[in-house]
Amino acid sequence: MISRRDFLQAGMAASALVGASGFGNWARLAARQALTQDRLLEFETTGNVTLIHITDVHAQLEPVWFREPEINIGVGAQRGLVPHVTGADFRRLYGIEDASPEAYALTHDDFVALARTYGRMGGLDRVATVLAAIRAERPDALLLDGGDTWQGSYSALKSQGRDMVRVMNALEVDAMTSHWEFTLGIDRVTEIVDNELNFPFLGANIFDAEWDEPAYDPYTMFERGGVKIAVIGQAFPYLPVANPRWMFPGLSFGIRQDRLAEMVQEVRDGGAECVVLLSHNGFDVDRKLAGEVPGIDVILTGHTHDAIPEPVLVGRTHLIASGSHGKFVSRIDLDVRDGEVKELRHKLIPIFSDVIEPDRKIAALIAQERAPYEAEMAEVIGRTDSLLYRRGNFNGTWDDLICNALIEEREADIALSPGFRWGASLLPGDEIRREDIFNATAMTYPEVYRNEMTGETLKLILEDVADNLFNPDPYYQQGGDMVRVGGMGYRIDINKKQGERISDMTLLKTGELIDPAKTYVVAGWASVNQGTEGPPVWELVENHVRRLGTVSIEPNRSVKVVGA
Amino acid sequence: MQLTRRDALSLGLGATAASFLPLRAMASADDPVAAWIANFTGGTEAGTGGITLTAPEIAENGNTVPVSVEAPGAVAIMVVAPGNPNPGVFQIKFGPLAAEQFVSTRIRLAGTQDVIAIAQMADGSFVQTTRTVKVTIGGCGG
Repeated sequence: MISRRDFLQAGMAASALVGASGFGNWARLAARQALTQDRLLEFETTGNVTLIHITDVHAQLEPVWFREPEINIGVGAQRGLVPHVTGADFRRLYGIEDASPEAYALTHDDFVALARTYGRMGGLDRVATVLAAIRAERPDALLLDGGDTWQGSYSALKSQGRDMVRVMNALEVDAMTSHWEFTLGIDRVTEIVDNELNFPFLGANIFDAEWDEPAYDPYTMFERGGVKIAVIGQAFPYLPVANPRWMFPGLSFGIRQDRLAEMVQEVRDGGAECVVLLSHNGFDVDRKLAGEVPGIDVILTGHTHDAIPEPVLVGRTHLIASGSHGKFVSRIDLDVRDGEVKELRHKLIPIFSDVIEPDRKIAALIAQERAPYEAEMAEVIGRTDSLLYRRGNFNGTWDDLICNALIEEREADIALSPGFRWGASLLPGDEIRREDIFNATAMTYPEVYRNEMTGETLKLILEDVADNLFNPDPYYQQGGDMVRVGGMGYRIDINKKQGERISDMTLLKTGELIDPAKTYVVAGWASVNQGTEGPPVWELVENHVRRLGTVSIEPNRSVKVVGA
Repeated sequence: MQLTRRDALSLGLGATAASFLPLRAMASADDPVAAWIANFTGGTEAGTGGITLTAPEIAENGNTVPVSVEAPGAVAIMVVAPGNPNPGVFQIKFGPLAAEQFVSTRIRLAGTQDVIAIAQMADGSFVQTTRTVKVTIGGCGG
């Protein structure tokens, strides 16, 4: 492992812009210099207001490997725009050198070699150090959490989010919004919000399902640097569709653009000089929204896990994308005068865990919260010869491993695994500990069903999920990546209409085309239907890995993508 | 203006203000949607503007989708779901005492479709708007 002073400067440099194009000089601003904590935190404090954004931590208290997507296709008006730019194209767009620390942090290629050079990223004790440094310069900086915070690890699952709530309280978050939080069940969410959380839980788009009346506070007004700032919360709009509705039966969500416009007007009328939307909409939805709802100065985006080194400007609205799993924290300094934002300065701060010192107090709290589960989490189940990752529009190697486990352990022809964006990576040679399996599977509806489905039903499912990803209007995209498939190949033409995208469905074990009228045995997990029965997915994966000893995943070429 | 569900119910069901007519099957076999619309408009071409149909982009539950229609100055509103086995959903008439021409209710949708709302104005003209509502199997939200 390389020492701290040998690190190269990650050029996630400050870019001052109001109305600037946003491209080009980002990395060139920083020459290749030693990567140090001071350099990572270097920032020219500007204006009178500082926002700090972290989102989609997915309960990762400690540093992780996390490989960014190779395939992230944009459709319709989003085609070719960030975040739908990956790999070398992304590096060219932002002037990032190959094999540099920022190439490692932001793109997928050479991930294994660069990971071994630059180390794990994230860790909320390191994030605490970054927060302390920012607060030293701007004591009243606002810390805003975009949600997907209480789900995604063994300890968060077993403690029903308690570990995360305690750590986020200790980090002194000022407000949050939500998505996976609700999969803890409405009773637990209510208990946390009423009794455990030290800060507002915002959601302007969360309504009582029966009376269609607001269920949570839509916004909070803050006064910072003599400026009134409104933070409006926007929860993930499609919770009752993408996650089990029966876990929060009294609630309705949706984008509710008109409601949001009303809230913006209300806070402006109430004297807000700066309006911030703390959003879990996903980047494409927020980009469309920014063009339709005037009066929002900054949208802190979330859900789609994109890390973008510069703000994306839509009209006068700056969109900020701060990545996931604790890999990044965004700092945004604003000069707010005469009731409007005059200048914005932004830095996506990469949390290189070997460079940034852990904050002692938060490190101790994390150790304390993990302690009850440490022995179970640390148990080594097996080892991997392959890089295991998930993020991307189609199967990652973690998904292939899960699908293999489902097919073998449940004696199925075909396996379906959800297109989640969360899940830490593992490097070739790494041990697979129980904690690692839970990092890819920990959630509250893990039962693996075993059903018979006709070929026609399988096609219907694939078409449905494909439209939820590739509908050209982002408001009609439901939120996840494509369902992962094991035991079956298919061809997808992303530009076709729903019902026409999927073809050439093939049963891999025989090489025969799927017959619409024939019945196949399908194993899958994360069903949104109440009463789904079967063993939890982590148990099957654990059995499978134990039996194999060492996992090796062959490259998956069973999905043919057309029209990207 | 913020209308609560309670207000909407009292608006929609207030006996003196409006009458709510569930539509009985009456469409012709060859083009049931056109037949439903023609039955309401008497064949008059509908214009655009002056009518707002509010519905979720993606239904949380296709069996009970909240929709509301507002058409200031309307005397009647009809909602048609072309993808339903029986496309006519409801028709509502506003009396002269109706404070505003707004209706909010829940409808059942058989699948993804463009829901149509048509309003008859006091002068006998018609305006129309549509909104796509997606009904999905769900799951997989990341």
